[in-house]
Amino acid sequence: MITRFLWQGMGRNLRLFVLLVLAIGIVLPLLNLLMPPASAFYVPAWVLQLIGKYLCYASLALAVDLVWGYCGILTLGHAAFFALGGYCMGMYLMRQIGSRGVYGNPILPDFMVFLNYKELPWFWHGFDQFWFAAIMVVLVPSLLALALGWFAFRSRVTGVYLSIITQAMTFALLLAFFRNDMGLGGNNGMTDFKDILGFSVQADGTRAVLCFASALVLAIFLVISGAVVGSRFGKALTAVRDAESRMRFLGYRVEGYKLFVFVLSAAMAGVAGALYVPQVGIINPSEFSPGNSIEAVLWVAVGGRGTLIGPVIGAFLVNFGKTWLTGALPEVWLFALGAMFIAVTLFLPKGVVGLWSQVRTRGATRKARAPA
Amino acid sequence: MSMTEQRSTSALLYLSGVTVSFDGFKALNNLSLLVEPGEMRAIIGPNGAGKTTMMDVVTGKTRPDEGEVVFDGRADLTKLDEADIATLGIGRKFQKPTVFENHTVRDNLLLALAGLRSWYRLLLATPTKAENDRLNEILSIIRMEPQQHMLGARLSHGQKQWLEIGMLLAQDPKLLLVDEPVAGMTDVETETTAQVLREINRTHSVVVVEHDMSFVRALGVKVTVLHEGSMLAEGTLDQVSADPRVVEVYLGR
Repeated sequence: MITRFLWQGMGRNLRLFVLLVLAIGIVLPLLNLLMPPASAFYVPAWVLQLIGKYLCYASLALAVDLVWGYCGILTLGHAAFFALGGYCMGMYLMRQIGSRGVYGNPILPDFMVFLNYKELPWFWHGFDQFWFAAIMVVLVPSLLALALGWFAFRSRVTGVYLSIITQAMTFALLLAFFRNDMGLGGNNGMTDFKDILGFSVQADGTRAVLCFASALVLAIFLVISGAVVGSRFGKALTAVRDAESRMRFLGYRVEGYKLFVFVLSAAMAGVAGALYVPQVGIINPSEFSPGNSIEAVLWVAVGGRGTLIGPVIGAFLVNFGKTWLTGALPEVWLFALGAMFIAVTLFLPKGVVGLWSQVRTRGATRKARAPA
Repeated sequence: MSMTEQRSTSALLYLSGVTVSFDGFKALNNLSLLVEPGEMRAIIGPNGAGKTTMMDVVTGKTRPDEGEVVFDGRADLTKLDEADIATLGIGRKFQKPTVFENHTVRDNLLLALAGLRSWYRLLLATPTKAENDRLNEILSIIRMEPQQHMLGARLSHGQKQWLEIGMLLAQDPKLLLVDEPVAGMTDVETETTAQVLREINRTHSVVVVEHDMSFVRALGVKVTVLHEGSMLAEGTLDQVSADPRVVEVYLGR
């Protein structure tokens, strides 16, 4: 039954795209590991790290698209779920440092020694185990989304009001995580990670596996999202997006639909964040900054809202542009971002993917007209 | 309470002393109304008489400040929300045709089809043989088999009206509330709509809110006149149009 569920949403395009994602996740790390650095096919470690980062962003974009593109909930706080997943992973990585820290305390991370902590705060217990951290990566963002969604959707908060609430949520978390007495590293966050599952996070092999894992997770998320939106649930979901009150009068309890995708999406964002942190080597409160969430929405808009492939393409395109522009002309980046938002809103309501299908239908009609 | 139960056993829809006020303005003022099973009732009244508010109260969109609303002799509609009320068997057709524009005609009907509503069961559900047969049946009744894979957005205004009627058939409510069904229609379309409603009335109870007097005459059913949130008159169209108070409300001032 589960196989059928997962298979039902897989159109031909999506299947090919999932294979492409997996191929990137397998070929690039292998080229990095197997090719000699002098070869033309050698993929340097920094490229691998960059692609791994983009793959995590793509998972976040897919999560945003699931709620915004398919359920019409414009979330402006999804980076908070991403960051929470990242913090859970960061806590695990901090516990793995053990006595190798600057202060050499076998239990307490460096920042706690520095801040005169006498013992480990209660919520740090268990994070020395990977399985525990992995569960928390999913559970913490999901529970926050469940609590927020429960109150917001039941009180029928919609539209811009919901966007403001999600934005306020991430801002509140930003302020909270900045405080030293949160016990999560304050404004410095957590860094100087050493090992993950016993392997050095700096090692080429570990980086390769992390990049592959990011691709694998994105592929799994694409399959799950495809199954969800391709099911009868998905039909009801887009109907809620298009005419919510009509669905209520048809007897659908709309809150359940919204809550399910919101929680699923938050969990996906959390996992993406958890994979992101060991690859960039740091997690700090700036990940909660409202701008991050807005950028994630922009990736979806650029790629194509309400498609599964669009957000992935959008995340890659915008972040590639960002990497390139912030290197070449750092002061221009924010203007370029704003211009892109305006251009997409005006000219590409369905994003790059929409442009592609627009060109194809136009070509098809021209062909159809030609003989007449 | 015992009186309610006694009186509502025969009535399908029972409203008693319903009052709704918005910022002091009484949209409904001590309104009472009875609809019998199998009945078709037309509700008329000038703008602001409370027709739409009455529909909102019955479908759970608006909670009354006072009064009782009982469906089918047992369900207290003032305590339920839209989804519950729809599941009990009250369907609502809006003034503007509201079909799901990004869904095909067949999916529109599938969404409306009585039965599965819970999100966790829909995740794994596929349409059963019985459901597919019912969809085919409705498609042939509304004569839209050729368009069944067309998106709602691409339908003409008339096709949307037909699809919406099909969706109501799929929903199969005991009581159907219809809000101004002939607004913006030609005379021929108005006449057809009256026929369709009479057809539906064979198996369903119907409440129609309408401005158009010729349409109400074509329906030929008992009429309730609302004015300033209360019932002004009730009877055949000829009876109520002879009532001087009704004439005053419609023509006077």
